[in-house]
Amino acid sequence: MKYIIVFIAGIMLASLLNAQTVVKGTVKDQKGRILAGANIAIKDSYDGTTSDSTGAFLFKTTDKGNAVLVATNIGYKTMELPIVLGNDSVVLNFILKEEINELKAVIITAGSYEASDKKKGTVLKALDIATTAGANADISATIQTLPGAQKVGEQEGLFIRGGSAEEAKIIIDGTVVNNFFYSSVPGISQRGRFSPFLFNGTVFSSGGYSALYGQALSSVLSLESLDIPEKSEIQLGVSPLFASIGLQQVADNKKSSYGFSYNWTNLTVYQKLVPQAPDFFKVPDFHTADANFRFKTKKNGVFKIYAYYNAGALGVRNPSLDSIGLWNAFSLNNQNLFTNASFRQFLGNGWKINVAASVSYNKDQILTQVQNQQYQPIGVTNIPVIDQTGFTLNARQWMLQARVVADKRFGSINTLRFGAEVWNNNDSSRFQSINGLFPSTVNDFYKAGFAEADLYITNELAFRPGVRIEHSSLLNKMNIAPRAALSYKLGKNSQVTADYGIFYQTPERRYLINQSNVNFLRADHYILTYQHISSNYTFRVQAFYKDYVSLLKTSNTFPTTVNNNGLGYAQGIELFWRDRKTFKNFDYWISYSYLDTKRDYNNYAALVQPTFAATHSGSVVLKKFWVKNMFGVNWSYNWSTGRPYFNPNRSAKEFLSDRTIAYSSNNFSLNWLPKIGKANTVVVLGVNNVFNERQIFGYNYSGRLRDTNGDLIRSEINPPANRSFFLGIFLSWGVDRSQQNINNNL
Amino acid sequence: MKQLLLAVAIFAFVGVNAQSKYETAMQNGFTKIKDIKSPDDAQTAAAYFERIADAEKTQWLPYYYAARNTILAAFMNPSSDKDKAAEKAKELIAKAEAIEKMNSEIFCLKQQVAVLQLLVDPMSRWQSYGAVASEAIAKAKAIDPSNPRPYLLEGEYLINVPEAFGGGKAVAKKLFEKSVALYSAFKPASPLHPSWGKEQADKMLAACQ
Repeated sequence: MKYIIVFIAGIMLASLLNAQTVVKGTVKDQKGRILAGANIAIKDSYDGTTSDSTGAFLFKTTDKGNAVLVATNIGYKTMELPIVLGNDSVVLNFILKEEINELKAVIITAGSYEASDKKKGTVLKALDIATTAGANADISATIQTLPGAQKVGEQEGLFIRGGSAEEAKIIIDGTVVNNFFYSSVPGISQRGRFSPFLFNGTVFSSGGYSALYGQALSSVLSLESLDIPEKSEIQLGVSPLFASIGLQQVADNKKSSYGFSYNWTNLTVYQKLVPQAPDFFKVPDFHTADANFRFKTKKNGVFKIYAYYNAGALGVRNPSLDSIGLWNAFSLNNQNLFTNASFRQFLGNGWKINVAASVSYNKDQILTQVQNQQYQPIGVTNIPVIDQTGFTLNARQWMLQARVVADKRFGSINTLRFGAEVWNNNDSSRFQSINGLFPSTVNDFYKAGFAEADLYITNELAFRPGVRIEHSSLLNKMNIAPRAALSYKLGKNSQVTADYGIFYQTPERRYLINQSNVNFLRADHYILTYQHISSNYTFRVQAFYKDYVSLLKTSNTFPTTVNNNGLGYAQGIELFWRDRKTFKNFDYWISYSYLDTKRDYNNYAALVQPTFAATHSGSVVLKKFWVKNMFGVNWSYNWSTGRPYFNPNRSAKEFLSDRTIAYSSNNFSLNWLPKIGKANTVVVLGVNNVFNERQIFGYNYSGRLRDTNGDLIRSEINPPANRSFFLGIFLSWGVDRSQQNINNNL
Repeated sequence: MKQLLLAVAIFAFVGVNAQSKYETAMQNGFTKIKDIKSPDDAQTAAAYFERIADAEKTQWLPYYYAARNTILAAFMNPSSDKDKAAEKAKELIAKAEAIEKMNSEIFCLKQQVAVLQLLVDPMSRWQSYGAVASEAIAKAKAIDPSNPRPYLLEGEYLINVPEAFGGGKAVAKKLFEKSVALYSAFKPASPLHPSWGKEQADKMLAACQ
């Protein structure tokens, strides 16, 4: 009996102890916004709940005494509050601090255009580079559909915000590519050498770029190559323009891979099908071979080697403007080598190191001749403009680069980057004309050190100060270039960024032979960007002012002397809109650039709008893809107002006052991805300038022949064919791992 | 002697009680899972299992169910931030994996996270996330060839992949058949271990006929 009483008393006592305590309260953030779905729990106990749509929570617990209540929510710092659980209910209000993290923080580099699948909030996808109509899978042609990049029909290169092609640098895995484009003949622009499928990260900065890069007054286009590919495959490409074969082998453990490819481009068949305006007496013929080797180290480091070699030749003939019945013939032989080795490794404790080295070589052999109607070179005519047209130029360039960048993360996403690089450029050329032989060699050791920090003060506010110090042995000068970016987040998807920076560049080396006391060229950038970006829409407006503090001026005397007295400015407004959502499976972007620029540089007679700048330009790019049929249709429309051209019939006062007709081109392309046998196939058909619109990029003038008005006669600079076509069939026989796995396991 | 027996009995009772508290809580969680009708319900269930997991610290199964329901909630709600949910799920999976290494079920979760992220932008994410998904499922199969769930999940993924990319109904059907066959012999290691998916596999196979 006594035991029973004790037992009952024990149960009562226990149930008393087990009496439930109510815990309730609310969860908000620092701005007083309700946080629904936060997990509230008593530490080391199962008891808890989640906050409801009003941010309130309530639960009962049988725990007693001192305890800790924990509130967690994605994107916020976990908060713990001590509580005492007794008989009374406990009321607690949590105010959670936002975590500074990449998903939420303001984007410091909002002024640049990035094509990547890895990061959030990028404007372009890697695939966009390959599927933009009119670009025919040429990286720079796709860039030209973005604001700030000018299409210049007769010349390859990136012409950014009133800058010349020399003012933009293209970088692969940290090292500069000197001859990114195929060597060209005058008046015909060439495409880039590298396939967009080599890269999975493309960052195009139209100004105000990072202190990690230098030697570009306007812009940097940075390309990052793929790490280990997903699968082994054999690739075959056939087209009226080229044939290619490639092999990519990935190790079973996916830790290493190697590959080779070979491409032969020959336009004989294409030029038979699509008549060309100039007479290609040597049809463009290129052989390209490349190889890569990549492996992963422990701790996720990656080592990559890429080597590229190309040899090509072409010859083109146009009627001479200086004498009826004569021809100007131009022929080119080019050899190009680019190799890059890069290594990146996480060292632990937030440290990362990037090392890159590259060797590149380019050799151009150019021969121009004045020919008679039998295409035989003519002798001395004693007419200076004709005799001076013929020349030979053998030019070769070597470039060696090495670069180290260390990267330290501290706090959540604050980053400090610093490093150094050295370049050695060695150019030599032999120019021979009726005036004699002019051999030259120029050598430059360039050294730079740089540092930059990404500082996130809050998720809304970030600051990026940077500085770059450079020295050129050729100029025997050094410079210090500060850079800064300040970004502020206005709302969930919108932000403003202000960029400032001083940018230096060594003048083109060919002007620096036997010159003393020449300094770096300099441009100062001021950029303001507003951006609204979500996964489906991007809207961006940018205003910029670029002050060309120092440009090169060349004298009209012989031998030429140069100085730093050139100057100029560029200012403008750019708009970009992309929409992936409104129409199903339909994606489009629109870009518009307004550019007001003038410069007095090189041999210009005055401060004028340069030949490579159009005041208004824009693009519309449309993409529609049917997933079920694996079929895509792309359209693009590029337009710009006329550009200035040089007219020798004008007086010095009217220098570059003429404008070409506006440029307009509609382009179409079609992608189809069928499975042919066991091969994954991609069929690409492209038509540029579908409506055969007339395109005039400028004029060539005679040095001596005049028309009945007494003006020097001229000829238009047009594309070789007004309408151009592209057809390619790419087959790959892959060891598709998902397929392999299915078969192995059934 | 009597007192000793009593003491033993009490200790035994306390021990059994501690064991069953976890089991009871898990069983309550399974009831919550059965009653899921909305993404919020799934989210609540995920939070519930996370609380158990954080309190227990040495059990991987509550983390498993927390991650699974986090993923489920994101799949159920078409307008959810799938990348954000994926980050949360990865965090939970990492905690589960710290306790239980090389488990077939955990690799199934990894596949589902990859598929979730792939769905954000299939056109451009297919290459990277598709590969992660198939790699995870291959691991899941290799670790436990008798587990029917990897085949079910792979089938559910591949049925939506165009034939040109190695997917389609025919491929998926084979996988569902294999899954259904494995389910008939499948015994979970304990009542708390994952055992879901049989009805789903039957339904998917029927849909392929």
